[in-house]
Amino acid sequence: MKRRTLGLILVATALGLLPLVLTQIGTAWVRIANLAILFVFLSLGLNIVVGMAGLLDLGYVAFYAVGAYTWALLASPHFDLHLPFWVILPLGALFACIAGALLGAPTLRLRGDYLAIVTLGFGEIVRIFMNNLSAPFNITNGPKGITRIDGLKIGGLDFRATDHFLGLDFTGPVKYYYLLLLLLLGVIIVNLRLQDSRIGRAWVAIREDEIAAKAVGINTRNIKLLAFAMGASFGGIAGGMFAAMQGFVSPESFVLNESIMILAMVVLGGMGNVWGVIAGALLLSFVPEFLRYSVEPLQRALFGRSLIDPEVLRMLLFGIALVLTMRFRPAGLWPESRHRREMSEVRT
Amino acid sequence: MSVLLEARNINKRFGGVQALKDVSLSIARGEIYGLIGPNGAGKTTFFNVLTGLYQRDSGDVLFDGRLLDLSSPHLVAAAGIARTFQNIRLFGNMTALENVMVGRHLRTHAGVFGAILRTRAQREEERKMRRRAEELLHYVGIGARAHDLARHLSYGDQRRLEIARALATEPKLLALDEPAAGMNATETDQLRQLIEGLRANGLTVLLIEHDVKLVMGLCDRVAVLDYGEKIAEGVPAVVQKDAKVIAAYLGGAV
Repeated sequence: MKRRTLGLILVATALGLLPLVLTQIGTAWVRIANLAILFVFLSLGLNIVVGMAGLLDLGYVAFYAVGAYTWALLASPHFDLHLPFWVILPLGALFACIAGALLGAPTLRLRGDYLAIVTLGFGEIVRIFMNNLSAPFNITNGPKGITRIDGLKIGGLDFRATDHFLGLDFTGPVKYYYLLLLLLLGVIIVNLRLQDSRIGRAWVAIREDEIAAKAVGINTRNIKLLAFAMGASFGGIAGGMFAAMQGFVSPESFVLNESIMILAMVVLGGMGNVWGVIAGALLLSFVPEFLRYSVEPLQRALFGRSLIDPEVLRMLLFGIALVLTMRFRPAGLWPESRHRREMSEVRT
Repeated sequence: MSVLLEARNINKRFGGVQALKDVSLSIARGEIYGLIGPNGAGKTTFFNVLTGLYQRDSGDVLFDGRLLDLSSPHLVAAAGIARTFQNIRLFGNMTALENVMVGRHLRTHAGVFGAILRTRAQREEERKMRRRAEELLHYVGIGARAHDLARHLSYGDQRRLEIARALATEPKLLALDEPAAGMNATETDQLRQLIEGLRANGLTVLLIEHDVKLVMGLCDRVAVLDYGEKIAEGVPAVVQKDAKVIAAYLGGAV
């Protein structure tokens, strides 16, 4: 127990110092870290739907979009609304939650491939709506997106400005980093607690055998809707934070590729295992960025010029890595098997 | 003895096949009632209709004095009928204990917020659920395997686990679909003791079984289905000698 506490303190310190170190390398890296945390957030939300309840969702980015647009519309000059975060963030989660239930309701009878196709369609529908809801009434400003979105302000603390504290500069991204870390901690706790609860077990039961789940008295309709709604609300919160951080949203940020990326994070890490999913999300967020920054200089050093476009190479390596993982660790890097150990630890 | 379950004129058709034809039967409280018949006679279809997995074409079921809502399996389970499956259906990647805890879902209430906030009520309920699940595992004789994944259990233990999970729903009627299938003589004997113990505790049991010895020794009454029709019903010793039953099992004209 003592070693565990020590480990926790070490991890917390490392995470706490990380943005200050990253600032020295470049503020861009803090932004990358922030986006990585957002993706962990999204993966954990999708993990409820795909990992726990076993419902393959290829349109998850739609909920991210709903959250982001909720923030963008309610806190920007677009409608000249500037509501505080404690109104918008819960609203974003609520709208995403409703969208989740709307997607869930007509797809309750579907499983596997069929469900995947419908959810994929749903994701595209939401994006196309965002793209076209500019006429006759301009709601989303179409493909041009919404600009000059308010940043996050908590009381007197403005997350866009730089603060000086203890002789250190806390830039906007650094402050967002700490906030996101805090939110993430909450999301992890929620995930872990759900996993080991009556509802979480019902989700897993549905994934394992839906007919048996029904036969022992689980109202599979409600429990599946709950999974969709819970997963979606995580996406909604992440979307709100995304809009606040970037100050700009457009439909381009919510394409199918993003859904697939989030799904890949869940699958790569190990479906159903919170820690695996976190690892998968961090890996798939950071490695491509490292490649982006290292491939070009490396080529210049080796050949004197850039032979392959870094973007192409990045996707190539990425693809190879995914194929290798699926070949050698088909259950993910860190699969769900720890469940048993956890339970026996509780007993001793 | 009072009647616990009364099925009236159940009909079920699959395309051109009349799988159940005006099947009526009544099960008394506290009895072990056997449902037998050759392969394809409609026994499992009857089970599936009774537990809401299949929708009947016509007919009603009275259970515990009330008309049973057969539209969904979870409603049937809530009314107090629990079942096992012919081809065992466990939650393979969950532990034995968790499987039984899922069986408690119906009789517990904690929701999402209770789970997230870990309220006192939720923790208390969780603790009770766990204790009850452990008791049930001990009762069916696999207490030592509580933390093994269900799919790692032996065949006989999986059967027992399925019964424990069904018992966790606090049923008034336990419906077992070929529980002795694939069991050896010792396992079958243990199963017989288990079922007799359940009845001694006041549970009513509906049993589909191929093992004639088990059925004849265990059941108070049996019904025989053939081509979706009930051709005989009564005390095993009498049914055994029924000409129609013999013909159904051995073939040939009546």
